[in-house]
Amino acid sequence: MVFWRKKKNATEQEKQEQEDKVIHHPEEPEIEPPTEYEAELSEDQKHEIFEETEEEIIEELEETPVPEMTREIIEEDEELDVPEEKQGWFSRMTEGLSKSSNKITQGLTDLVTKKKLDQDLLDELEDLLITADLGPKTAAKIVEEFGKDRFGKDISEEEIRLALAESIANILTPVAKPQTFEKREDGKPFVTIVVGVNGVGKTTTIGKVAHDLQMTQKRPTMIAAADTFRAAAIEQLEVWAKRAGCPFVSKEIGSDAAAVAFEAYEKAKAEGTEVLFIDTAGRLHNKANLMAELEKIVRVLKKQDETLPHAVLLVLDATTGQNAFEQVRIFKEMMNVTGLIVTKLDGSAKGGVVVGLADEFGLPIHMIGVGEQIGDLRPFDAQDFANSLVGANS
Amino acid sequence: MFENLSNRLGGVFDKLRGKGALKESDVDEAMREIRVALLEADVALPVVKQFVANVKEEAVGQDVIKGVNPAQQVVKIVNDAMVEMLGGDNEDERALKFASAPCAYLMVGLQGSGKTTTTAKIAKFLTDKQRKKVLMASLDVYRPAAQLQLKQLGEQTGVETLEIIEGQNPVQIAMRAMEEGRKGGFDLVILDTAGRLSIDEELMQEVADVKAATHPVETLLIADAMTGQDAVVTAEKFNERVPVTGVVLTRVDGDSRGGAAMSMKAVTGCPIKLLGMGEKWDALEPFHPDRMASRILGMGDVVSLVEKAVDTVNREEAEKMAEKFKKGQFDFNDLLSQMKQITKMGGAGSIMKLLPGLGKMAKQIEEAGMDDSILKHQEALILSMTPEEREKPKLLNASRRKRIAAGAGMTVQDVNKLVKQLEQMQTVMKRMKKMGMGNMMGMMKNMMGEKDAELLAQSMDPDALAEDMVRAKNSDNPLGSNPFLQGGGGLGGMGGGMPPGMGLPGMGLRGGTKKDRKKGKKK
Repeated sequence: MVFWRKKKNATEQEKQEQEDKVIHHPEEPEIEPPTEYEAELSEDQKHEIFEETEEEIIEELEETPVPEMTREIIEEDEELDVPEEKQGWFSRMTEGLSKSSNKITQGLTDLVTKKKLDQDLLDELEDLLITADLGPKTAAKIVEEFGKDRFGKDISEEEIRLALAESIANILTPVAKPQTFEKREDGKPFVTIVVGVNGVGKTTTIGKVAHDLQMTQKRPTMIAAADTFRAAAIEQLEVWAKRAGCPFVSKEIGSDAAAVAFEAYEKAKAEGTEVLFIDTAGRLHNKANLMAELEKIVRVLKKQDETLPHAVLLVLDATTGQNAFEQVRIFKEMMNVTGLIVTKLDGSAKGGVVVGLADEFGLPIHMIGVGEQIGDLRPFDAQDFANSLVGANS
Repeated sequence: MFENLSNRLGGVFDKLRGKGALKESDVDEAMREIRVALLEADVALPVVKQFVANVKEEAVGQDVIKGVNPAQQVVKIVNDAMVEMLGGDNEDERALKFASAPCAYLMVGLQGSGKTTTTAKIAKFLTDKQRKKVLMASLDVYRPAAQLQLKQLGEQTGVETLEIIEGQNPVQIAMRAMEEGRKGGFDLVILDTAGRLSIDEELMQEVADVKAATHPVETLLIADAMTGQDAVVTAEKFNERVPVTGVVLTRVDGDSRGGAAMSMKAVTGCPIKLLGMGEKWDALEPFHPDRMASRILGMGDVVSLVEKAVDTVNREEAEKMAEKFKKGQFDFNDLLSQMKQITKMGGAGSIMKLLPGLGKMAKQIEEAGMDDSILKHQEALILSMTPEEREKPKLLNASRRKRIAAGAGMTVQDVNKLVKQLEQMQTVMKRMKKMGMGNMMGMMKNMMGEKDAELLAQSMDPDALAEDMVRAKNSDNPLGSNPFLQGGGGLGGMGGGMPPGMGLPGMGLRGGTKKDRKKGKKK
């Protein structure tokens, strides 16, 4: 504007402008040393996550009564040609994830088998990580670390894979923490609010988790539909509640989301529910009024009990690019998000953005979604995820 | 969190000042920055590489334009290339097509990309604005309550939906929809399909079958603006199996940079036809390549600024104007022309929202209850003055003020306020001269936070500002600088408050963008 027109001070002004233009690259936070998160798990969970054999899982799956598992629902399985019950967890996860890592794997294979590690090769590796949505900064950082001791040396494809996977796993291990929805000592329900932008898979995720708790772990679980905005959102969640065999709390469309949460909590408390899930409407993180509605839900719950909610889970779509940073930043700021769930990892998207997210925010990643089926939810395993990302064999 | 591209380039080009032409080595360095900027905006890597190579070719050897720093010049080249790539002026290509009734639109995309909402929006738009008779049909037999969702949306928007019959497969539903379209005399049948992954052979075959059965005139790929590198894979695969005719980008009202637009356009060659801009039914907008380019580059103000410098203006006059301002000779004519610009550009708040880094301020202003009706009132007051009074505000004695107030249907107090405001602006301008640039910057930083101030400083090229003034003065459609008219009083809601009359530098620069850019092209 006009006041800046200081012709006589031209040089001084120019200097000032230049000073103002100096680029301030934010300092990249150091990678936290990996911590042993296994220690936080009970023996059972450890077994389940790390040692469980395929047979055991099949057994478990076959025992599980699935209500209303009609033809329609089975048809709905988009992912698997063979009935999924016949496969074990790990093979399924690898299958799901390997779809996402196909491209990157192919790219790596294209690099010569044994080759001197020069700048060109490093650039190619960086490109590969970028195509997996790691983002230019994180990719550059990982590749730099990778090249530090190896530059100029001969290196094989397998070595590259393993080393890259290790670097990525080092970043992800500290955040790979399962969410156990621990039983409250006071006998009140463990309250979880699920949030995220539109279309990331909040409702489907709740259906899957609730099914696991209610059917597999035999823990009384309740689902509340606080998405009172989107058409048929309540009906959609109701179908999932039926599949999971959970009681379901809802009000008519357009009612106050906080009121649904309040009623659900009252009901859950009265019925001795162990875990309560509150599904919220998808909202873009930059819409202040919609974010305020979320805050209201928390406020109302806190009036009941200061410790509520016990978990706020942010669901992220694996196809999301660098905007995931803003999503996490704002949801975390406003909702005090306690952990992440990454969905749609069965597609061609690689979800590499979580590497940067782990680095920057350090929020636990609890689970990943690998399909639309009721069983298509996996605990997040840092090493497996990293391996799959670069196509290394574990 | 995103650094402004010209900020990044500034460092690279500082040493370039005074040189004659853009050299390859200089451009190379700049291209590295552009590459990172595009990747951060989620443009897919192969597309980035191709684009950067093209731009580099164009940039090398260009003469450095005087008065514009080379960084800004390169940004302009980048911007132009991107606008071109996103579809340029080819508006016909972006229009929705129709065929003999009933014709079909097929909506395809990944899960959660916004197909159903977009279906309802398009249907509502065509019903209301183009008087088409539209039938919506959901072919999503997989997701729970998906068909019910479309039905409810039909009820909300008043658009007819196909009756839901359980047990039919998508192809059967599609055939039934087309049959119903014929019988019911519909112009258009919109087929909303289930979300599917591009690597899911079975479901991709299914949608190909639907397409073969219905011969849609438009096959629209619905994609989330937040999509990352996967945009190319998805677009490629969908385009392979069900050749798409256009792309609809959703959630553009989010704060993603929207690089997916570029990726998808590059891969499919299909125009981006529409943008989903919110949850309301009318939140569907035509696609503007220039706006999207600005968004992907994270700028806009700088681009238009360079545009102006290139168009070039009578520098002598610009300087005269600048001189006038410096002396504080700011009269009601100047004030009026600036008010008109603000009103034309959709009011102060909407302008500020467009400026990088000023969104926050816009909200504060809204909260402070400052609205554009004040501008209208003040305009009326000025228009009630004689030409002489407008030029010489000092003439305004009590009886003149009474006359003016009566003429505008306002009170004398309002006239006084306006005069006071003008005086304040004059004072500030004089003070500015004494203070010099450094102090001003400090003040801005305190007020707006360092980052924003940097952004602003970036867009304040004195020469271009002067040109703005010339435009404001000469053109019947003035689009120049706008000291924010309400001064300290109107912005009471802001912490610390602005110095009276100080206004928002840079506003006019951005404000000029759209129309000026168009003008520039015509020349």
